[in-house]
Amino acid sequence: MLEALAYPFFQRALLAGFLVSLLSGLLSPFVVQRRLSFLGDGLAHAAFAGVALGLFLRGEPLYFALPFTFLVALAITFVRERTELSEDTAIGVFFALSVALGAVFLAKARGYTGDAMGYLFGSLLAVGPQDLGAIALLLLFALLLLPLWGPLAYATFDRELALADRLPVVRHDYLLSGFLAVSLVLAVKVVGVLLVAAFLVIPGATARLLARTFAGLTLWALFLASLSTGLGLWLSFLLDWPSGASIVLLQALLFGLAFTKTLFPGGN
Amino acid sequence: MLALEVQRLSVRFGEFQALEEVSLEVPEGAFVAIVGPNGAGKSTLLKALLGLVPFRGEVRVHGQPLEKADPLWFGYVPQIKTFDRTFPALALELVATGLRRRWPFRLSPRERAQALEALERVGASALAHRPLGRLSGGQLQRVYLARALVRRPRLLLLDEPATGVDRVGEVDLYRYLEAYQAEAGATVLMITHDWEAAHHASHVLVLNRKVVGFGPPEKALSEECLRQAFGHLGHAHDLYVGGGHA
Ligand SMILES: Nc1ncnc2c1ncn2[C@@H]1O[C@H](COP(=O)(O)OP(=O)(O)O)[C@@H](O)[C@H]1O
Ligand SMILES: [Mg+2]
Repeated sequence: MLEALAYPFFQRALLAGFLVSLLSGLLSPFVVQRRLSFLGDGLAHAAFAGVALGLFLRGEPLYFALPFTFLVALAITFVRERTELSEDTAIGVFFALSVALGAVFLAKARGYTGDAMGYLFGSLLAVGPQDLGAIALLLLFALLLLPLWGPLAYATFDRELALADRLPVVRHDYLLSGFLAVSLVLAVKVVGVLLVAAFLVIPGATARLLARTFAGLTLWALFLASLSTGLGLWLSFLLDWPSGASIVLLQALLFGLAFTKTLFPGGN
Repeated sequence: MLALEVQRLSVRFGEFQALEEVSLEVPEGAFVAIVGPNGAGKSTLLKALLGLVPFRGEVRVHGQPLEKADPLWFGYVPQIKTFDRTFPALALELVATGLRRRWPFRLSPRERAQALEALERVGASALAHRPLGRLSGGQLQRVYLARALVRRPRLLLLDEPATGVDRVGEVDLYRYLEAYQAEAGATVLMITHDWEAAHHASHVLVLNRKVVGFGPPEKALSEECLRQAFGHLGHAHDLYVGGGHA
């Protein structure tokens, strides 16, 4: 670990990783409890389309993926609020649209797809010095999310009670989708497009097996996300594995341990 | 002073008219029993007062238009407990949402004491640290009632709060409500199918899409009102008035 820490690229990856974990740990309980994991998948594919657009236009992919994914998140929420369509149907439509667009952009971006592997599975080298701005943005987002925890949890528990207490539940839905989109895109640098949805689901799922309260669930998710990211990045450095794959494998291992614990009497 | 003024309140769900031109004036401190057949719009009326369903007409609460009324004035026990049963929550935490209108991350010692006291008031102290998803219907009713009471509301809106509660618990329930009313001067609107409870109320609202009768029990529960509300069921009057227990 100490050896790895000497490298600036690893320091950057670790810093970005921890900040992404913070967001993921905060969002994951909502993703799990509101059954939004498919939304995560849909948004990850929107991010893929955004990245492909960036490669096609030869710009920084992140700056294309960010607004694109954000817009798709709002569009999905909008379609769900305004129609009788279920959320997974709305997501399915935008999912397909995104993959189709991404495929067209990539096909037209010949010669510039060299780092596609990094975008798919994450890369330790992906976080460059120029990304530190995005990381600062991330920290800001995590801080903005904190005061929303209570109202969001309340509406997650029972939307009608929250509405009866005059909370702006619909506005909070949009905010949550927006947060999800932004965190997801920023996490793509570390975890990659294909695994970023899992990154937002597994810590919450594991924590759900261990916690009796939503506050406990959130703390566990934060802890598990940070632990697996720290160890995963180190593993990635040692074994030269894609960073996202290492992190998600560790998350899955922790999930397995927690699940095993529930199989024994006295477990939760 | 009026706790509640409702003027020509109408609710439509698409083509379906659930409530039509409901008007009533409820004085502060009243105990209003709301009766009527299934689908009469009783729950819809409470939801309209809470801003949960859009309506036409005018509602004032303690002189304020509904938008300006403080949400903490209302204590609500919904008929159907729609909460996510897989959400990890303790009964005490749900009660605490009554204090702060958001899910508690951590309870301050004061909040904890208040929430525990509210649970004790409804005879549910033993449930404080039990997971909500595993409580029975009657236990949930008590916890929801504690949640409604903990904020010391001026207006209690209770949608069939005795459903699922055992006979002893039901008697307890009316005792808690009376005690709270005596102490806080609050107004209670309670939907009920319990004829006896309706007779003990200060006012009865007989509802069937429209106001069929509103006034003291002996007047509102007259044979004519009930026949009108329950339609061809000629024996409704006997059930409410003559039969006592149903
Ligand atoms: N959200 C809704 N959409 C459509 N119809 C509704 C809705 N809520 C209630 N209704 C209808 O309005 C009528 C009154 O419902 P409700 O107020 O729940 O009756 P009750 O008097 O039994 O409490 C019923 O016919 C019900 O089907
Ligand atoms: Mg009802």
